[in-house]
Amino acid sequence: MEKRVVFSNRWLPYLLVAPQLLVTFVFFFWPAGQAIYQSAFIPDPFGLKTQFVGLGNFEYLFGNRYYRESFLTTAVFSVLVTVSSMSFALWLAVLADRVIKGSSAYRTLLIWPYAVAPAIAGVLWLFMFNPFTGIIAWMLFQVGYVWNHNLDGGQAMALVVAASAWKQISYNFLFFLAGLQAIPKSVIEAAAIDGASFWRRFWTIIFPLLSPTTFFLLVVNIIYAFFDTFGVIHTITQGGPQQSTTILVYKVFADGFVGQDLGSSAAQSVVLLVLVGVLTVVQFRFIERRVHY
Amino acid sequence: MKKIIASGVLAALMSSVAPASAATQVDFWHAFTGRLGELLDEQVSKFNASQDEYVVVATNKGNYSETLNAGIAAFRAGEQPDILQVFEVGTATMMGAKGAIKPVYEVMDESGLPFDQSAYLAAVAGYYTTTDGQMLSLPYNSSTPVLYVNKDALKAAGLDPEMDLSTWEQVGTALDALKESGNKCPLTTAWQSWVHLETLSAYHNVPFASKENGFAGVDTELTFNGDVQVKHIETLGQWAKDGKFIYSGRRNEGGAPFRAGECALFTESSAGYAGVKNEATFDFAIRPLPYWSDVEGAPQNTIIGGASLWVMEGQTAEEYKGVAAFFNFLSSSEIQAKWHQDTGYLPITMAAYEATKASGFYDENPGTDISIIQMTGKAPTADSKGIRLGNFDQIRGIIDEELEGVWNGSKSAKDALDSAVSRGDELLRRFEQANR
Repeated sequence: MEKRVVFSNRWLPYLLVAPQLLVTFVFFFWPAGQAIYQSAFIPDPFGLKTQFVGLGNFEYLFGNRYYRESFLTTAVFSVLVTVSSMSFALWLAVLADRVIKGSSAYRTLLIWPYAVAPAIAGVLWLFMFNPFTGIIAWMLFQVGYVWNHNLDGGQAMALVVAASAWKQISYNFLFFLAGLQAIPKSVIEAAAIDGASFWRRFWTIIFPLLSPTTFFLLVVNIIYAFFDTFGVIHTITQGGPQQSTTILVYKVFADGFVGQDLGSSAAQSVVLLVLVGVLTVVQFRFIERRVHY
Repeated sequence: MKKIIASGVLAALMSSVAPASAATQVDFWHAFTGRLGELLDEQVSKFNASQDEYVVVATNKGNYSETLNAGIAAFRAGEQPDILQVFEVGTATMMGAKGAIKPVYEVMDESGLPFDQSAYLAAVAGYYTTTDGQMLSLPYNSSTPVLYVNKDALKAAGLDPEMDLSTWEQVGTALDALKESGNKCPLTTAWQSWVHLETLSAYHNVPFASKENGFAGVDTELTFNGDVQVKHIETLGQWAKDGKFIYSGRRNEGGAPFRAGECALFTESSAGYAGVKNEATFDFAIRPLPYWSDVEGAPQNTIIGGASLWVMEGQTAEEYKGVAAFFNFLSSSEIQAKWHQDTGYLPITMAAYEATKASGFYDENPGTDISIIQMTGKAPTADSKGIRLGNFDQIRGIIDEELEGVWNGSKSAKDALDSAVSRGDELLRRFEQANR
């Protein structure tokens, strides 16, 4: 039996995908093309005059030690955010999956932080950890630990990671929970009857069966850590101290919109474009192989 | 178009003096919120009520950086306002934008209204004039750093609350006593680059950058890694290590602990006065910014921070007349004196200063005239009239980073300043290239 749909009209399929293509073109290809074009120029902020510099903007970027270090900062930040938010979410999901009474209340509460805008999340954490007036900074001081993320790069990184990961836990939780509930109970029960402990069941049955969800979340979280955490960093550290929390996307903003250096900003966008492309290929070619659908 | 009609109608309703059709609308984008925003709106509505030819519509566009960005983006889209408030670090960017801005002296000349540049405080107006003395933007809110003292904290440390704190050496002695008595925050600061490098350099008559601190050309290089600056930062670094200088952040985060009485000494803008006066429950005093007594010629004069009003290119002659009338109104000594007394910003004209003096305001609020005395005590030199650098907002960011390295002990003062100079120079070359 032939299941494929055959269009008799030649133009209909193109017409049907046209809206999607249009959206992709207007919101992706056009701006990306603009960024590539602009990266070859140094314009003045008002757009009154512009100079062609070829690859000059890239030369300038990669000659800058702080830009090169920003790659490492981004890697550390993304890995920390992804690992901490995903593992915490998985732990919560496993617990929530086992709750019988009042589970919907738990779940609702756990999903709440997702509705908080990144900038607001940043301000919330900043209030708690403000070195002078923050309640947690004060508590830490009482036990003899001096908290000042304005000076200590490690503390600053910990704070932006915590704020970014916290926000993302809800989202991860939601998907993990759905993933857990999709695992057939019979498989787990069979293992339990065979005498497998909870941890054994988790590692040999649940975790492998959850891998499509985990892989999906890995991709989403890395993209989140790369691009959407900008608001958190802007409100908490502005990339400081000493650029220890300047991730690549924050630098694009800082150079373009604070420094009015649109040429460099465009060049950085192009670098990010390439980087994300490479990352996506890596994820799908190498990590997806280990996923059991 | 709809928007213009709508805001015209709104303006007419508010002023209710003249029908909207007769009045020319002047758009004014600014960066003030809160109390300052209210005071600005008050000035605008006073102006609108005072005549019926023009209606100024003031709109807040976020903080300083955001307002500048909004102005730039609007210019690119051909929808720029008539007046844009730009902070002092954006001055070089605006000056470089020939074709985007209309110099204030031109606007005033064309309007035929009286305009006497010598009526403005030279130390303030100098920041916004060309090297041949023509005013490019109208000084609006300008302040200068001063020292705030918590007298109760000095007393608690067994010090004379009226003690002389005019030199950093004397401040050092006071910090020793404060620290010994168990004070947790003997000294803190706001705007570290502005106070402890930019103003420090001017105050000791040493260059912050070559080419008259950038006034004489964009091919300028940073020079703030000289002996005076290194010594000062080294001393502060030592104080930070000893727990006598507490770093609170890049902006004015130190204001909260000072107003709460936790910090004894605080270097901050004179415009911080309103906040301190409102909140402080302790006895406080304003003192001149300290200087190093072993530097010859110190104290010279301090420099300003704050913002000025730029007129954007591409508007009708009628609108420029409205801008000129509004600027004339803002410069009147009555408006300026009130602004100065309400906010702690400097009066921009000598007449406003005299009027405030005559009203007895300085006697009732001791210390509020220190900012003006500090600015006008000596005629400004090439190294003390101000700083005009491209990419200055980012250079300040670099300075902040490097200074943080000194405060946390990971860098020596000399290394940090050398590194800030070489990194900043890169940005200056970049700006030079973009403005060739």
